[in-house]
Amino acid sequence: MDGLGKEVEKRKMSAPVIEIESPKTGEVVQAAYEHPWAVRFAHWLNALSLLVLVGSGFQIFRAFPSFGAKIPQKDLLHWPKAFALGGWLGGGLQWHLTFMWIYIATGIFYLGYRNYRQVLFTPRDIRAVWPMVHYYFFFGPKPIVREVYNPLQKLAYTSVVGLGVLSVLTGFAVWKPVQFSWLAWMMGGFHWARIWHFAVMWAILFFLLGHLVMVVLHGWNNFMSMLTGWKKNPDYLEP
Amino acid sequence: MDTRINSRKFKKVSRRELLKLAPVLAVGAFAIPKVQEPLLKAGLGFSDWASARLFRSRHLATTFTESELTPFEKFPINGYDVDDPGVDFDAWTLTVSGAVQKPGEYKLAQVQSLPRVRQNTRHVCVEGWDVIGRFGGARLSDFLQMIGADTTARFVSVECADDYYESLDMKTALHPQTLLCYEMYDQPLTREHGAPLRLQIPTKIGYKQAKYLTDLKVTNILDRVGYWEDQGYSSFYSL
Repeated sequence: MDGLGKEVEKRKMSAPVIEIESPKTGEVVQAAYEHPWAVRFAHWLNALSLLVLVGSGFQIFRAFPSFGAKIPQKDLLHWPKAFALGGWLGGGLQWHLTFMWIYIATGIFYLGYRNYRQVLFTPRDIRAVWPMVHYYFFFGPKPIVREVYNPLQKLAYTSVVGLGVLSVLTGFAVWKPVQFSWLAWMMGGFHWARIWHFAVMWAILFFLLGHLVMVVLHGWNNFMSMLTGWKKNPDYLEP
Repeated sequence: MDTRINSRKFKKVSRRELLKLAPVLAVGAFAIPKVQEPLLKAGLGFSDWASARLFRSRHLATTFTESELTPFEKFPINGYDVDDPGVDFDAWTLTVSGAVQKPGEYKLAQVQSLPRVRQNTRHVCVEGWDVIGRFGGARLSDFLQMIGADTTARFVSVECADDYYESLDMKTALHPQTLLCYEMYDQPLTREHGAPLRLQIPTKIGYKQAKYLTDLKVTNILDRVGYWEDQGYSSFYSL
């Protein structure tokens, strides 16, 4: 059995595969159950809360769009009101302080479900990163991947889970720099915690950009798998 | 474990899986104008509840060295209305009422007769900027003892010469770093910074640290929380 065959066998064990037959044409396609409910639920809840947190975060940032001194104030950027949520600082804070709990609860739920283990980047994945980068960005040959997620996907998903944790930690340092003084201290004090919180948001947005590009590139069946769990014609199964 | 089903059955299965994500739509309630306000209020209320639980009576805010101070002239003046409400210093008294044994008019000299505390602490504004200032004054807890306050009461509320008003939970009022402040940078408080007497609370956000105090009340019931809180800001906002 070749590498790909082994992969298929492994895959079939981790996710149920079925064949779908069209009664009219008799055509048969395969489908794999990729994402259990808990993962899909966490994914979409997280997507919504992330959207709200970024929008309201920008509203809060608009109140003092700077990381320097208050006097004299040098603004970093003027974020348009149209892309901010809440209408005013108080409104932005309400959204932020409400959805942070949903965001945290979703994160705990997802990590508690332990499905992330299949996207966890481990030291033994390091070796396979370059061939994958070579393939993705420099037209290299397609490496054989023996797991559900390739090393680059693992790196991306592990990083973004880490960034999610960091967004919460930096957020707590900004919200409670006295009660969590050790957190604020680790980040260089309240002032720096605010900068880190902002930087982590951009890192997450950078991931999101790449994520959305991949969603578009991988097409409809792949997208539907995050809604129904089932992916039709997955590329790792032989037709 | 391959199984073959027809495409109609697969559609049914997919639809059922999709419907299982319906709970995510509950977040959509936030898009309904009538429901949005109470939901955000509840979210903010939960955050305040959590803040009160996280508050530690004996945990001190970080203090700083002289060299870390923000120069006095760069310490922002953030009045909501006027920088100087024109307090007549000679006629000024602090009117004390509520659950206290000795209500009445208190002179500044009486506050100043209490042990003077000087502290270099961080002042954090809800807008996001922060400065480190040097403050001097009497512990509010000492003053509460002087007036024979019932410290089992829930709140201390204050009113200001500029119609600003605020309230504090008793735990924060009794915190050793919570001051009735009459000095900044070892000089008498200037009018813009809240002369003759202001609250200085390193464990609270800036807007809770009311200036130009005129009235102080110890109470179990608040008919209003604070100038900004009553417009939608967090009631507890501890740091």
